[in-house]
Amino acid sequence: MAGSPALSQPTGLRAWLLSPEPASRWQARLGRFYLGWRSFTRNPLAVIGLGIVVLLIVVALLADVLAPYSPVVGGDLRTQRLLPPSETFWLGTDDQARDILSRIIHGSRITLFVVVLVSIIATPIGLLVGTIAGYLGGWVDTVLMRITDIFLAFPRLVLALAFVAALGPGIENAVIAIAITSWPPYARIARAETLMVRNTDFIAAVKLQGASTPRIIFGHVIPLCLSSVIVRVTLDMAGIILTAAGLGFLGLGAQPPSPEWGAMVATGRNYLIDQWWVAAMPGLAIFVVSLGFNLLGDGLRDVLDPKAAK
Amino acid sequence: MMKPLLEVEDLRVRFHLRTGIVEAVRGVSFQLGRERLGIVGESGSGKSQTGRAILGLTPPPGEVTAKRLAFDGIDLLTASRRTLRTLRGGRVSMVMQDPKYSLNPVMTIGEQIIEAYQAHAKASRAEARDKALAMLEAVKMRDPGRVFSLYPHEVSGGMGQRAMIAMMLVTDPDLLIADEPTSALDVTVSMEVLRILDELVAERGMGLIFISHDLKLVSSFCDRVLVMYAGRVVEELEARNLREAKHPYTQGLMRCLPTLADDIRPLPTLNRDPSWAL
Amino acid sequence: MLDIQNLKVVFGTGRLRVEAVKNVGFTVKQGEAYGLVGESGSGKSTVLRAVCGLAPITGGRVLVDGKEVTTPRSKDFYRTVQMVFQDPYASLHPRHTVDRTLSEPLAIHGEKDAEARILQALKEVGLGPSFRFRYPHQLSGGQRQRIAIARALILRPKVLLLDEPTSALDASVQAEILNLLDDLRRRMGLTYILVSHDLAVVAHLCERLLVMRHGEAVEETAADALRSGKAMSEYTQSLIQASQGFTRNPSQPTYAKVG
Repeated sequence: MAGSPALSQPTGLRAWLLSPEPASRWQARLGRFYLGWRSFTRNPLAVIGLGIVVLLIVVALLADVLAPYSPVVGGDLRTQRLLPPSETFWLGTDDQARDILSRIIHGSRITLFVVVLVSIIATPIGLLVGTIAGYLGGWVDTVLMRITDIFLAFPRLVLALAFVAALGPGIENAVIAIAITSWPPYARIARAETLMVRNTDFIAAVKLQGASTPRIIFGHVIPLCLSSVIVRVTLDMAGIILTAAGLGFLGLGAQPPSPEWGAMVATGRNYLIDQWWVAAMPGLAIFVVSLGFNLLGDGLRDVLDPKAAK
Repeated sequence: MMKPLLEVEDLRVRFHLRTGIVEAVRGVSFQLGRERLGIVGESGSGKSQTGRAILGLTPPPGEVTAKRLAFDGIDLLTASRRTLRTLRGGRVSMVMQDPKYSLNPVMTIGEQIIEAYQAHAKASRAEARDKALAMLEAVKMRDPGRVFSLYPHEVSGGMGQRAMIAMMLVTDPDLLIADEPTSALDVTVSMEVLRILDELVAERGMGLIFISHDLKLVSSFCDRVLVMYAGRVVEELEARNLREAKHPYTQGLMRCLPTLADDIRPLPTLNRDPSWAL
Repeated sequence: MLDIQNLKVVFGTGRLRVEAVKNVGFTVKQGEAYGLVGESGSGKSTVLRAVCGLAPITGGRVLVDGKEVTTPRSKDFYRTVQMVFQDPYASLHPRHTVDRTLSEPLAIHGEKDAEARILQALKEVGLGPSFRFRYPHQLSGGQRQRIAIARALILRPKVLLLDEPTSALDASVQAEILNLLDDLRRRMGLTYILVSHDLAVVAHLCERLLVMRHGEAVEETAADALRSGKAMSEYTQSLIQASQGFTRNPSQPTYAKVG
């Protein structure tokens, strides 16, 4: 029920972005992106989350430059073991006389590796299974969703444990284990979204243009499911990081001397009372990054999925 | 001249949105006696928001201001929440467009009418039940006893809307606001519903505000018509004098409808003059 | 052009079995506009959906251009028959620009020269090139319906199925769309089947029409007969009367105005 038009008139780049009559595909897309960005930046927590995630990426990329010491080779074992945080070792040293800050910085690469790999594997599987099941319906739906239910029934860490036990410990196997346990929720979300759009007139309209089923699924259904799945994946990132760290903590993820955060917490456990920083510093890193992904996910949800925001 | 039932002066409804302030209703004034008043306009004209503002049902983030908004001498803008609550559904009722969304799906129709009645009148359950059955009969339900125990999804759209009218009129309101009460219904059914509404309004001497996009329907049903455009009343006229409408918008709305009586092509279209919105 | 013989459409089985259309038949000549009128549940939209394959043909035959349609429909069928939906807010993909919406049918059928044809299609429905890269939320209801018509016409079909194309629009916008449809039919020699609950709209756009009720054909008549009030069943008469607006029964107590 709009009566009179909005009062403020933007100028310059903003006017170009917000133009009601975009002149090209790119301008239309950028304008859309800009609107999303504007509503995203209105949420300060989301911006903090984005900042943390960007920081993680930058640190991981520039680890060699940023880290003051080697993450693997320790210092003098007689004089530099388990030193508290100081000017030389900002976050202290561990039992091998290694600088904890350097190890955390290099460990960010492993964390990022896990996060990226899991999302690259799990998201497409979930999206495909969900949209195909939802769009085709019938027995395809039944079969695919029962398979999804089976995967969903396994506790993530336990399945990952079994998987790693079978394939042998190592970060890659941990990633695969996490990925195959994390796609079912995405499949369910994608299916629910697909069920909502499959009977709409705009899908009927492309059908009537003679579009093939794959064309409808990839070109018309998936773009509508993508945003809610992306939100869910981002929100799940914290859990994935924690699972990876948990596996590392149990000695089933990254193997020593690799500076994986979970494994670092595990070694620090022996000195928890007297040298708390050995376990606390990587723990803090896990906490901050998990929080960052959660905040980012919340912010993205407000922008991409306004229905679920409340 | 009797004191008017409803006085509205300079009613404004503003929505504070992120993109700026949007004024949906911009200075609407009218008075209503015990008569049938139609408010007509196209989508976005502010007709529904006018009806909602009178009942205090403007959805957030809307803000309602008016020089005067009074029902039977009670100032609705300064009245306490309690006074408003007793008025709403008691002396002022509203019938919405689609009964599917305005009836509670998990309560039987009879229960809902009883609840509406007991919320505003001190009555025993038996009394309320009798009243509800009488009301269902008044809206020409063929078998009131059966309809009483049905759930909303078990009745057709026309019956649902009649049940809604029964629920809204059970408290004997002085003013009924009907917002597109028949647009979700088939023509023949909607005529039936309108006939019932018409009789009840006449019998009980209620004031009626009938909000619709259908100029033809409103002018055949109401005594007086307000034509709204872009949040303002552009013309007010007696329904029977509709053919002598002065404002080009009203004239345009009249002409652009195809009729069975004559075959004009192309149909005259409406050239919206920006000055109408000023 | 279009021949429908004893069409029957049944949804569901067992207790949920619904006969939506029962033995309905009619023929539409090339360049003619044919109307299907009825109230909700009359099966008028289902006839349309059965023709284009969105609803099953349980019995009877549907012939387009003398050939019986196949299930699933062939690509050629979609080049001959296109549809415009009722609600322009639901019939355009919310994440696709006008450009994408219009280029999709061209891409599906491997048509060349998309750019020129999109601009041409926009021009045909009275929209300028400035609309090309807008998203549906940047368009009004009438503009959206014009885009939906442009999308239906871009493959140059011969038959256009119109499912209540104006009932979700304001009266003044309805007039514009009706004029556009009238004009396009004359210019391109299109054949229309129009479904509507509004007798006046059908009489305006179509030469002949079929009145339907409860899945059955009540009577077939001409728009001229409708106007002159000749040869009509009781049901059609009641529809005509209802469409004239509200009439007060004179035997009812007259209303006394106060004030």
